[in-house]
Amino acid sequence: MNTSPVDFQANLAPEEAKLGESARVAGAMRGFAREIGALSALRLDACVHCGMCADACHFYIVTEDPQYTPVLKVEPFKQVFKREAGAFAPVFRWFGLKAKITGAELARWQHLLYDSCNLCGRCSLMCPMGIDIAELIEQARRGMFEAGLAPKELYEKAAHQRRTGQPEPSDEPYRDKLLAIGRRFNVEIPLDKPRAEVLLTVPRTDIEHYPAAVAALVRVMAHLKADCTFRSDGLVAENYGYYAGGRDWQREISRRLIDQAVACQAKVLIVPECGHAYSALRWEAAELMGKSLPFKVLHITEYLAEALEAGRLRLRTAQVGATAFHDPCQLVRKGGITAAPRQLLRAMGIEPRETVRHIGYNICCGGGGGVFDIERAATLRHRVVEEKFHEIDQTGAQTFLTTCSDCRRTFDDGKKRFNWELTPGSLLELVAEHLQGG
Amino acid sequence: MDLVDFARGPALKAAFIIFILGIVWRIVNVLLLRHKRILSEPRRSVPVALLAGLKGTGSRSWPHPEFIKRTVTGEALGYSYHIGLFIVILLFAPHIIFFGSFIGARWPALPNSVVTIFAVITITLFVAVLARRLGHPVLRHLSNFDDFFSWFVVALLLVTGLMATAHVGAPYHTILGLHILSFDLLLIWYPFGKLMHAFYIFPTRAVDGYVMTRKGAPS
Ligand code: SF4
Ligand code: SF4
Repeated sequence: MNTSPVDFQANLAPEEAKLGESARVAGAMRGFAREIGALSALRLDACVHCGMCADACHFYIVTEDPQYTPVLKVEPFKQVFKREAGAFAPVFRWFGLKAKITGAELARWQHLLYDSCNLCGRCSLMCPMGIDIAELIEQARRGMFEAGLAPKELYEKAAHQRRTGQPEPSDEPYRDKLLAIGRRFNVEIPLDKPRAEVLLTVPRTDIEHYPAAVAALVRVMAHLKADCTFRSDGLVAENYGYYAGGRDWQREISRRLIDQAVACQAKVLIVPECGHAYSALRWEAAELMGKSLPFKVLHITEYLAEALEAGRLRLRTAQVGATAFHDPCQLVRKGGITAAPRQLLRAMGIEPRETVRHIGYNICCGGGGGVFDIERAATLRHRVVEEKFHEIDQTGAQTFLTTCSDCRRTFDDGKKRFNWELTPGSLLELVAEHLQGG
Repeated sequence: MDLVDFARGPALKAAFIIFILGIVWRIVNVLLLRHKRILSEPRRSVPVALLAGLKGTGSRSWPHPEFIKRTVTGEALGYSYHIGLFIVILLFAPHIIFFGSFIGARWPALPNSVVTIFAVITITLFVAVLARRLGHPVLRHLSNFDDFFSWFVVALLLVTGLMATAHVGAPYHTILGLHILSFDLLLIWYPFGKLMHAFYIFPTRAVDGYVMTRKGAPS
């Protein structure tokens, strides 16, 4: 049995690199086994190798490289399923028809499962068999994580977030940064109230890069006279456990927020402008916790659209010219939020110019699913964002908005790289600037 | 017992048993696995999601306009050869007698000459499908033994069938025996490979439609 550390051409954190081959394979088997169920088996079994999912994936569209075919990305998961749990698993084992997975083989898939997938679900919409390939990729990441093969950046951020509540060290704790944002933008940050109807969370991307969006959230909630609070012990919306594929870590990171919501008896937990945070909390947290959540999880645009409908929120017309809006994949394709952002735009007199591929079918910014954080994925990600820029340019828009700070960051980074003319903006910030009587 | 008797006697019986048991086992194996509990609060009610799942079994048959430009060749080929196969298998008079004898039913046939034309077209499409699989970078990259063997099994059935109707290649009786044997082979291979998709296609589409609609997401 080989137990020595393996020098993979993979992007690993030191802690992951220490793992020996047998521990790595055992981890992968454990991780994949936990993900095998009736639904994943049906999906893994049903593929007819028609290759059409490639035509939906922006990583394939921009490279024409067949390795980026979505269903190929789950090959190790499929291999383990066929060999260990498929209908003819013993036959595959006895006759050596499916080889036992090796660490080196798994390591080769790191690039496909992480660097080149936003977990966006566009491929799932395309598959004629109705296979949710994106969900399979997410499950395959969980096997990779257990094998110690999550990319260094995601692993380390997930580990740090699990330990401390924030994904990376900062010069001062996020709580203090939040209060500093309040002072800078002259808004009163509701913090650590023992009881509140609404628990607010904040993307660390906003704290670090878009403080105006944090102030906008606070301003809008104050305008609505919402009984809300941030809680120091559960501030960060993102979930790096979700990106890295660490099922248990994802649960623990979600639990931090859930505990705070329960502690302050919140009826609503608001996920701010962050797509993947929404997926993790809205659609996965209850399943990982094994019980329904005792509060609602709403994306900020949903919350504001409800307020609009109830007549609690009124907005002034925004003079921003032709405007295009980017639907974050996790909100629209995987989250079902299509109408809310458009309701808000229309309430400000903006009729969004839809991209050619639109409402659920648009391509991604390229940075989601943790891809933005992975250094070595930058070149590939830039090709996707360039394609996205073409899509937006075709609308002739002068203003460009989205409602996910990670998409925004990816666009900003792409803007620098390609000298793109438009400046990605936040829908929430625009709303905060156009509060009637605000 | 000659070749035809063997092919449609014990060989067919054995193949049919493997076919049925294999399919049942494959489906049971999936059903026996753990069922994930969905606990997140739904956006759409269960009946709406169920209805969408049902709708999805049909609506997925036609790709969304967003995708069709990129997938039109694959779709067109896929549709045409499936239609060709249905016509040749189900509307050819001798096949109607053969299958009809099992279920005690008859249905109208197309004239033999028409079916022969369809058979030629379908075989041509099959060659195109193989050429595409070998030539298209994505398909080449994806393909495995199952893809080629499943292709071979169906193609063999088509070719031997055409040879039998056209009386070429060998004495009619021998070709007929080979044709029925290739049908036996298809039954035996069916549960082991991708031909099973005929049983999976509707459940996967329905499940996807249900799960996504429950979230209010497109499916
Ligand atoms: S989820 Fe999105 S990025 Fe990932 S393979 Fe599918 S289409 Fe590509
Ligand atoms: S589109 Fe669906 S059936 Fe076709 S190769 Fe991709 S996953 Fe398989």
